[in-house]
Amino acid sequence: MIPSIDYLLLSAALFSIGAAGALLRRNALIVFISIELMLNAVNLSFVAFARQLGDMTGQVYVFFVLVVAAAEVVVGLAIIVSIYRTRASVDVDDADNLRG
Amino acid sequence: MEQVLFWLMAVVAVVSALTTISSRRPVHSALAFLVTLLSLAVLFLLLSAQFVAVIQIIIYAGAILVLFLFVIMLLNAQSGEGPQIKLPSQRPLAIALALLLFGGLSYLLLSSPLGAARPLPAGMGTVQAVGGILFNHFLLPFEVASVLLLVGVIGAVVLTVKEDEQPK
Repeated sequence: MIPSIDYLLLSAALFSIGAAGALLRRNALIVFISIELMLNAVNLSFVAFARQLGDMTGQVYVFFVLVVAAAEVVVGLAIIVSIYRTRASVDVDDADNLRG
Repeated sequence: MEQVLFWLMAVVAVVSALTTISSRRPVHSALAFLVTLLSLAVLFLLLSAQFVAVIQIIIYAGAILVLFLFVIMLLNAQSGEGPQIKLPSQRPLAIALALLLFGGLSYLLLSSPLGAARPLPAGMGTVQAVGGILFNHFLLPFEVASVLLLVGVIGAVVLTVKEDEQPK
């Protein structure tokens, strides 16, 4: 059996890669995919802890994370589409009307 | 066998995640993310979470990613990134912060002992067992989740209706 720490370290690596993508990229769609990557990394640690603790509650949480991710993707992509309609760009640097 | 599968899938997941955030074209990013999702589904199977592995493939790879590809092709945005003028130090700062995050997380994980894994309950991760917990202990959150999805559907429709198409 693989020790849970390996899964948790992999989850930490994927989360950091997702965070790097969200900070690094300026294409709103790729920033969005990076956020999904972070959600998936958290799902992996939920499932790893579920096995470590012998308790299925962690797997049920993954289900709820999926529901929230689905709702988030739908609304977020709708926002990106309407930003693209008004600015013809998906660069997050172009959407800076609220910039101080 | 399990070791080989774990390390293979871990490497595939990390490499495809790096491809996701580094490729120029959004379509390539989305397809690399699909590979990450599938390797994570295999890891869920290794962790005896069959139900989670299946919904990972059906919902994430089947529904959410298709939505992403749909929007990417609808917008037909190539790289979508102009020359970097707003924040010139973005790239080194982002990489440094992500490495700092990974360092901090792995330090915390390695310095906190997990102890031996508890024995798994019977039927761990099957649809029957997960459904039993979902509909007994998490019934209210389950119903609230359906309201959240409804809000998502209505929000998407409201956000994307064009001004001149709005009903009088």
